[in-house]
Amino acid sequence: MSAFPIIRIITKLLIPYILLFAFYVQFHGDYGPGGGFQAGVIFASALILYGLVFGLDAIKKVAPPIVIEKCMALGVLVYAGTGALTMALGGKFLDYNVLEHHVLPQWHVPSGQHLGIFLVELGVGITVTAVMTMIFYAFAGRKQVQ
Amino acid sequence: MIDAIYAHLPILLIVLPLVAAPCCVLVGNGRAAYLLALVVSFLTFACSIVLLGEALDHDVIRYELGNWSPPYGIEYRVDIFSGFVMAFVSGIGAIVLVYAPLSVRDEIPASKHYLFYATYLLCMTGLLGMCVTGDLFNVFVFLEISSLSSYALISLGRTRRAPLAAFQYLILGSIGATFILIGIGLLYQMTGTLNMADIAARVPHEHGPRTVLVAFAFLTVGLCVKMAVFPLHTWLPNAYTYAPSVVTCFIAATATKVSVYAFVRIIFGIITPGFAFDVLPLDTELMLFSLVGIFIASTAAIYQDNVKRLLAYSSVAQIGYMLLGISMATPTGLSGGIVHMFNHALIKGGLFMVAGCFALRLGSVQLSDWKGAGRTMPFTALAWAIGGLALIGVPLTAGFISKWLLLTSAFETGRWPIAVLMLLSSLLAVVYVWRVVETLFFSEPSEAAANATEAPLRMLVPTYVLIGATLLFGVWTPYSAGIARQAAIALLGGTP
Repeated sequence: MSAFPIIRIITKLLIPYILLFAFYVQFHGDYGPGGGFQAGVIFASALILYGLVFGLDAIKKVAPPIVIEKCMALGVLVYAGTGALTMALGGKFLDYNVLEHHVLPQWHVPSGQHLGIFLVELGVGITVTAVMTMIFYAFAGRKQVQ
Repeated sequence: MIDAIYAHLPILLIVLPLVAAPCCVLVGNGRAAYLLALVVSFLTFACSIVLLGEALDHDVIRYELGNWSPPYGIEYRVDIFSGFVMAFVSGIGAIVLVYAPLSVRDEIPASKHYLFYATYLLCMTGLLGMCVTGDLFNVFVFLEISSLSSYALISLGRTRRAPLAAFQYLILGSIGATFILIGIGLLYQMTGTLNMADIAARVPHEHGPRTVLVAFAFLTVGLCVKMAVFPLHTWLPNAYTYAPSVVTCFIAATATKVSVYAFVRIIFGIITPGFAFDVLPLDTELMLFSLVGIFIASTAAIYQDNVKRLLAYSSVAQIGYMLLGISMATPTGLSGGIVHMFNHALIKGGLFMVAGCFALRLGSVQLSDWKGAGRTMPFTALAWAIGGLALIGVPLTAGFISKWLLLTSAFETGRWPIAVLMLLSSLLAVVYVWRVVETLFFSEPSEAAANATEAPLRMLVPTYVLIGATLLFGVWTPYSAGIARQAAIALLGGTP
């Protein structure tokens, strides 16, 4: 599809905004509608759009499958690691209250519950992005059966 | 430090395998992943043993996730019943992993080994989570974790039929899971809570709205699919037959049992036996389906030429015995059903391990290829014979204990026909076990069998651990039937 200049240019124009929107949904998720799932899907949709227009080889250069595979695991680890961290700090599993820290209160740096949900959603976002991209690779990379 | 870990045991049971699984993917090396999985599975086993001990000594152990008090937050609770199921699920999970590496090397491409161990750990997480959680929606989540990972595990099988079998299981399993979710949703609609104890206190039974009735129906049918109760068992034979040997050992020994556990929890905890068995005719139906299932599945097992398929049909029949015990709802019957979960896990795990040993050495699980293998692989064949005796329910084996309890309960409640039918059905088990024994010991060796060597010790030892356990728990029952009885009495509302 990269032969069509209009599609190519529009895609290149759109992708940064899609990524930006994904980050907005991700980081705004603890205040308003949004969160890791939605952000992950939006982020992956930018990658998939790139893959659809410029081909599988191009997208595999941007997001190598081996990195994507590790990211799938990394996200889960971030989520579970947050829980383990709260346990190490003396709380219960995923008890965000122990993450209370009061650093730079004048800058509204997130504390406690806020930081906890932020980390957890970050893990969700990473995993969902990776899984969506991996599903795309699995379907797009399938050999034609005669 | 020790005290701190002690307080976190219910969650560590889940978090250890859950964290280890992504770590397996991150290291990306089959050998390292295996070592990690092995260590974690034994740690998990240790956790569940300590938890079971605590539950036996004291009372229910509770753990509030995120320090949110129930019913608002998720509560993990370990009582005798869940501790018992957790202990044998994690124990079998650990022993199967000891057994696994050689068989995995033989049957699964090397590039997928680390993914295999990661998925295995996830499956274990799901199964243990279903036991430990006190939150109904959490049960569903863990059920899906274990089911999704078992679909993936089954599809790793050597033949091209394995993905098909996994897909078949995926379709039926998803229908079952959807039914369960609808049931949970309806209960949530009626009570406004997802905590099981809280639902039980709030749900209106007699003269309640029809919604509750529909919720129970959905939950029962959904769990029956997952348990592979007779008319809904069609996914099971293919899934067990075409999955890699190691996967079959683990899933056959644990997955359906944990579904039975969830079913018992829901009947005795939420629906209450009084409503399910006295107002609704659930006991008659369960008995009918289990008896029909026992006979049809055992008969089907007799005619199989593939040994894994034979064992799979026998599993469908054995689920019937568990449900038979549950449907009698007396302390003896229920404890018979519960202890049969444990005994059958040992027996079927052991027998599938034997099948895996033969598959490694003979390259086949077709009965015709096993001819005369008893001469070249005597120890493996002997393990089959002992496991087979336990499956039939011969005295001095674990199978006898559970069948004896079920028979006693049938007599106690005056259900003579059921007792007679159970004895008759054991004869069918004699036939299908004997067919294999005869092929192993009394046939002219096939070419493959004549050239075979004894299975490697790394596989024989775990096999004999399980087979030995069936003999041990056939004569020494305080920690099998004894615990099951305490669990049964607690479920029926008495104090042990």
